[in-house]
Amino acid sequence: MRPFGYVRAESPEAAAALVAGDLSAAFVGGGTEILNWLKDGLADPALLVDVGRLGLDAVEVSDGGLRLGSGARMSDVARDRHVRAEFPVLARALEAGASPQLRNMATLGGNLLQRTRCAYFREPSFPCNKRVPGTGCPARDGDHAMHAILGASDACVAVHPSDLAVALLALDARVEVLGVHGRREVAIEDFYPHAGDDPRRETALRHGELVVGIGVPSGPRARTSGYLKVRERGSFAFALVSVAAAVEVVEGVVRSARIALGGVAHRPWRVRAAEDALLGRPLADGSVADAAEAAVRDADPLPGNRYKVAIARGAVRRVLEEIGERG
Amino acid sequence: MTSVGTPVPRVDGLLKATGTARYTADIPFEDLTHAVLLQATIARGRIASIDASAAEAAPGVLLVLTHLNAPRLPRMRAFAKGGSAQQTVPALQDDRVRFAGETVAFVVAESQEQARYAAMLISVEYDEEPPAVGLHGDAYPPAKVNGQPPDYRRGDAERALADAAVTVERTYRTPVHHHNPIEPPVTIASWDDDGGLTVHEAAQGGVHMMRLGFAEALGIPRRKAGSIRVVSKFLGGGFGGKGFMWPRNILPAVAARLLGRPVKLELTRAQMYTSGGYRSETVQRLRLGADRDGRLGSIVHESTSTGSDMGEFPEPCAQITQMLYACPNVTGTHRLVRQNVGVPTFTRAPGEGPGSFALESALDELAGELSLDPLELRLRNYAETDPEHDRPWSSKGLRECYSEGAERFGWSARNPEPGSMRDGRWLVGYGMATAAYSSHTWPTFARVRIRADGTAVVRCATTDIGTGTYTVMAQVAADALGVRPGDVTFEAGDTRYPFAFPPVSSSGARSIGPAVRAAALAVRTRVARLAVKDRESPLFGADAATVRAIGGGRLARADDPERYDTFVDVLERAGLGHVEERKGYGVMPFLHSTASGIAPWPVGPLLRVATRPFAGRYSTYDFGAQFVEVRVDPDLGVVRVSRVVGVYDIGRVLNPRTARNQAVGGITWGIGMALMERTTTHPRLGKYTSPNLSGYLLPTNADVPDIDVHFLDRPDPLVNPLGVKGVGELPVVGVAAAIANAVHHATGKRVRSLPIGPAELLG
Repeated sequence: MRPFGYVRAESPEAAAALVAGDLSAAFVGGGTEILNWLKDGLADPALLVDVGRLGLDAVEVSDGGLRLGSGARMSDVARDRHVRAEFPVLARALEAGASPQLRNMATLGGNLLQRTRCAYFREPSFPCNKRVPGTGCPARDGDHAMHAILGASDACVAVHPSDLAVALLALDARVEVLGVHGRREVAIEDFYPHAGDDPRRETALRHGELVVGIGVPSGPRARTSGYLKVRERGSFAFALVSVAAAVEVVEGVVRSARIALGGVAHRPWRVRAAEDALLGRPLADGSVADAAEAAVRDADPLPGNRYKVAIARGAVRRVLEEIGERG
Repeated sequence: MTSVGTPVPRVDGLLKATGTARYTADIPFEDLTHAVLLQATIARGRIASIDASAAEAAPGVLLVLTHLNAPRLPRMRAFAKGGSAQQTVPALQDDRVRFAGETVAFVVAESQEQARYAAMLISVEYDEEPPAVGLHGDAYPPAKVNGQPPDYRRGDAERALADAAVTVERTYRTPVHHHNPIEPPVTIASWDDDGGLTVHEAAQGGVHMMRLGFAEALGIPRRKAGSIRVVSKFLGGGFGGKGFMWPRNILPAVAARLLGRPVKLELTRAQMYTSGGYRSETVQRLRLGADRDGRLGSIVHESTSTGSDMGEFPEPCAQITQMLYACPNVTGTHRLVRQNVGVPTFTRAPGEGPGSFALESALDELAGELSLDPLELRLRNYAETDPEHDRPWSSKGLRECYSEGAERFGWSARNPEPGSMRDGRWLVGYGMATAAYSSHTWPTFARVRIRADGTAVVRCATTDIGTGTYTVMAQVAADALGVRPGDVTFEAGDTRYPFAFPPVSSSGARSIGPAVRAAALAVRTRVARLAVKDRESPLFGADAATVRAIGGGRLARADDPERYDTFVDVLERAGLGHVEERKGYGVMPFLHSTASGIAPWPVGPLLRVATRPFAGRYSTYDFGAQFVEVRVDPDLGVVRVSRVVGVYDIGRVLNPRTARNQAVGGITWGIGMALMERTTTHPRLGKYTSPNLSGYLLPTNADVPDIDVHFLDRPDPLVNPLGVKGVGELPVVGVAAAIANAVHHATGKRVRSLPIGPAELLG
């Protein structure tokens, strides 16, 4: 790792100004992700600006919903009683991530900004179009059991690792961003770009913009939501497939729904066709099976990850069944 | 009151639990320098150019070794030929790259951070060649497999197969496994002014074997090897990955000699995947022939694993098949296919681990063909004597392991129909497998000293690799001396102590234990001899050989236990600060078994003849039975192990607490092997895909259910005077097959390639 500077910012505005003014500067919150980048040679910032003690860790409840500070720790939000009761998908997604030690350190903002765990991306001695455009993608002719089955580009088949982002997508959350020119809000749907020509582009953030908070509307679906993460071991593993769902049932039929998949694409992946399959129908075997089928209709797996299609189908069905059983 | 057999807590438990145990990396050194490895990023080719000038100019950098400037180092003698290395090719000697991760530069700086940074500044250009990857190439027979010929034949297995009423022919695959101890390997080398070398190692490899390895590598004559001291007090796991001499052990000593300062090298997690061996992937073809009653008439077990130009370690998969069942016709073969991936080595339950997955899965498939209970099939082929060597077992409680295990597990509740047992959404499956392991007795010496205060110190150069040796050997000595275990200190891990072989192949208790016992009895007898000649002793005039230890450091007359003397009083009257004795164990049988391999012709064969009286008349194996319950989510492909019962015949149990600890650990490794452990290699680039604990999954607490471990605890007096066999690796064996068999029982789907996960069940 290269030598680097470290400063503790005085305020969010000062932090944003510091990083904006230095192309080789980066924010550090909990440090559980960016320190890996430094050690693995994925990034070599000359300056780390610590945003860990700027009071960005509040969890605030209002009539409209939740406002989560970007510096809030995963473990603190996951154990918040209001979050657990009113936004079960959020609590469950947070608890499904990482290990207790990491959740105690990692912040929500940093969680959203995780980079892919694609093994070829993470090891700089492999060619990788995402790291160095045009060098090729060894996942295509190598082990790609963990890679994308939806929305991949020719250049990159990596998947996004966050559980939290999948839950937020099912909750219509908005990301609050602070830059030198002020604040703006970005819908989580727009926070992660769709696959384009340049797989290096991972978020809507401009250099120097700091995620300061996440707004989560309470809405009609949050309470009837759920999260399921399928992984190779019982704990502390990235998702093979995860599903976040939130369903509004009025007078026995689904009035609205959000279904998002994790571990299947370069970004949290909303499956509108699956949502549509539920609308106007009871949340029962027939509609659930149709939704599960619709969720994978566009799947385009690689030879070594076809199994993920079956998991995704099963996981959508399972989450919706569990929401149905809870009523 | 004896201590052996009681659950004495670990003497180092508090140190380890509180973080005060001093592991190798924790040892402070004055003037210490720090080294890092720079490793090849291609799997095969040549270094076209290497430029270290920027690194050499970087702050704090003291030395950069590359093939351009490194001292010439000799090829190492292979372990299979009596040496200490698996990889015989030393580092930094030429421009060739033989595998990804081979060391291409060694950087030493004042701090580890400076060394790391400098290593990033070295620019290396390669001429790449396409690497050999996978077990697809031409197969060839290795010279030896665990000291045995690569091919084994008993009867005519092919003909018996052709005549068999029922046959099963299947191919099983296991992936590359890495040892992944929690403690990274660490070497600290320092030379003193007199040319003596001290190396602090996180070493499973036995300090004496490493001493000889350092002598060989550094050009120090064997007779002067005494100037080398190797120390290894605590080990954060080894599992085979910290055995033997690898370039990473040697380079710090080379650099320390050049610099005149101590050099410390601590590997990164990623470097651990390429710097200390691994378990080869295996392809195993199994053919079974049986009659309609399930009596095996033929087994053919053909195993292929990874070969290398740099050394040879065939995974000895078929060896378990040669001894496990009463079958008149058996063929076992081992072949290698050269790959550019480094040299494999011993990894937890080498051979038996992957070998039993194939054999015990195939038996389960045969049971299915015959509609026979899998346990009954094994009982019908029970080997009353060792069919491989045609001699009796020293002990074999396997039949009791089966029955006790089946009872504890509730095996009789198993509905034989696959997919028939459910618990809500979960499919439930029962599976079982036989476990057997060829633990070894290695030559070991121990010295026991009784001090003036009546306490004792036992010294032996073995290493406590985390198994509880410090505790258990104090118990063994305490019983032989007739004192409390708390009065005995066991000291290990230092070449200044009497010779011990590396504690590998579950050899610790059965090698060290008898040596410690013999030395303790000898020193006790010596004290008795002092007493019986001492007119002031209550034992005066008695026969020293009949004096008995009655506990509390007291020695009594055989005919009158009321007349006793104490260690303290005898030593005080004799004016001695201490008395001590040194004893060895297992030397002659070891010489007999290895003479032809380690000594040149005609010395070796002659030695073998001379030591024939010490050849074993019995075969000794550790035996066990594994019973597993799994739950499979058929929609998500998720497998969870919900119950394990392991019943083991390991001879006498020296300490039920540490033995259980090992069994639970072994079963947990078995769960990992069955469900998640795997290193994948890129088929074109020949590089490991995920050399880290995020890509190489090991079981978490959430993956390990309550494990019911039971030991028969039946001493085997024919194996050694303590009656103890081996425990460490046995509990790994068979677990993967039992889980695969249980998954088949739960789902009807037979998975013949490890690990078993959603990809295998849904793909």
